[in-house]
Amino acid sequence: MQIFPCPFCGERNETEFHFAGELGKIRPDTTADVEADAWARYLYTQRNEKGHVREVWMHIPCAELFVLERDSVTMDVLGSHPLRKPPK
Amino acid sequence: MSRYSAWSVFREGLRKGKGWGQAWRTPTLKKAYDVVIIGGGGHGLATAYYLTKNHRIKNVAVIEKGWLGGGNTGRNTTAIRSNYFHPESAALYDKSVQLYEGLSRDLNYNVMFSQRGMIVCAHSVPEMEMAARQCNAMQINGVDAELLDAKQIQHLEPALNFGASMRYPIHGGVLQKRAGTGRHDAVAWGFARAADAAGVDIIQNCEVTDVIIQNGRCTGVNTSLGEISAGVVGAAVAGHSSVLADMAGYELPITSYVLQAFVSEPIKPVLNAVTLCPPFGTYVSQSDKGGLVIGGGLDRVPSYGQRGNMPMQQTVLSAFCEMYPSLAKVKLLRHWGGIVDVTPDSSPIIGPSGVEGLYLNCGWGTGGFKAIPVGGYLLAHLLATGNHHDLSRPFGLNRFVSGRLIDEAASSGIAH
Repeated sequence: MQIFPCPFCGERNETEFHFAGELGKIRPDTTADVEADAWARYLYTQRNEKGHVREVWMHIPCAELFVLERDSVTMDVLGSHPLRKPPK
Repeated sequence: MSRYSAWSVFREGLRKGKGWGQAWRTPTLKKAYDVVIIGGGGHGLATAYYLTKNHRIKNVAVIEKGWLGGGNTGRNTTAIRSNYFHPESAALYDKSVQLYEGLSRDLNYNVMFSQRGMIVCAHSVPEMEMAARQCNAMQINGVDAELLDAKQIQHLEPALNFGASMRYPIHGGVLQKRAGTGRHDAVAWGFARAADAAGVDIIQNCEVTDVIIQNGRCTGVNTSLGEISAGVVGAAVAGHSSVLADMAGYELPITSYVLQAFVSEPIKPVLNAVTLCPPFGTYVSQSDKGGLVIGGGLDRVPSYGQRGNMPMQQTVLSAFCEMYPSLAKVKLLRHWGGIVDVTPDSSPIIGPSGVEGLYLNCGWGTGGFKAIPVGGYLLAHLLATGNHHDLSRPFGLNRFVSGRLIDEAASSGIAH
């Protein structure tokens, strides 16, 4: 099993974590009209990068969302930090 | 190319196999082609073959960064089936099964398509209701389907667990008799040999490093062996579709995951069909060599690493032991992982990429092998005519904007 770091609980088994999505997607402003293209891009388009990725994951036991940085080829974990506190 | 026949097997038997020759050439790369196909897996090679056969276009190159069929074509469970729910999917995948049915004769190469049947089990009374619905949908779509009760399944596949200890007891299931398995290498090699014989240049160990775009139109590719200009370009690169999209400047709704599979040591024939138990997410067949071929669901972590992780191995193999307790002591021989391109609706993307002159065949996710002939057939049609075939029209990239998804993940349960 791979070990993933939760910024709140420390190092835990990968099965405790759930992939939520890529970091940096911003929901369209629904108070204005949203074009179909913009909705489609928000809902479906993925960067799906090969190499260094920044993703939002949830640690299921503590139910906190956080940013996990990984290498999508080697599967190495490169860092994790809370969503509210971006790294300096 | 010498034709394979019973007579040639006999003749080469007498000559100790010295007259077989190479199945395809190793050509030098030309500067320009009418069509360049990126990706020398099953889909890319099938595209080249159908370009020559259906459209008489022979100035074609297939560019492969590794070796033929070394990606997902060699990393699957060789299941071939068309037990889908939606009419669009049924038409697409059944065309593929039909092409597979005539493929060995068509290619003059034995792809070992064995229509041994596929059973999708139902494990409760409500699941039997859904199985009946699935069976009806398939029959309305013109695909063969039979609803079986538990006794009939036990008769067909006696090694399955019908004991009182079964975690999800089998109530019945849906059988597609025309489904089965093929020989993965033979599919790639058969298409390669037939395309090569028709004049297609198959270039291995040649990686596409960039896509050349002039005035918004794709006019060729840069490769590790130099620049190639092309009339049109077709992309059939499966798990690396997003990497290519990034080079060419279009966007895709694809996430790449690892899909693992396993094969056991060879044993005497014990399984008849391909059997899927949806609550376990695991399916099993037996290869012609005797190995038990075991497949399951996607890994939980998006990945480009061609190897699997432990949690999914445990899930799939514990399910196998539950499905076939008498085979639990059989040893595994090999285990592999392929990078599959998963779309939000588990249906493929076939059509224009958004960049003029560049067409896509991707997004097959966990089910690309069964679709190799039809994927090639439809991409060839797009490359030759610039227009959709009726079968591929519903599967264009624009469905994600129009919202007309073909959600097979929701309707047929598990895809593989």
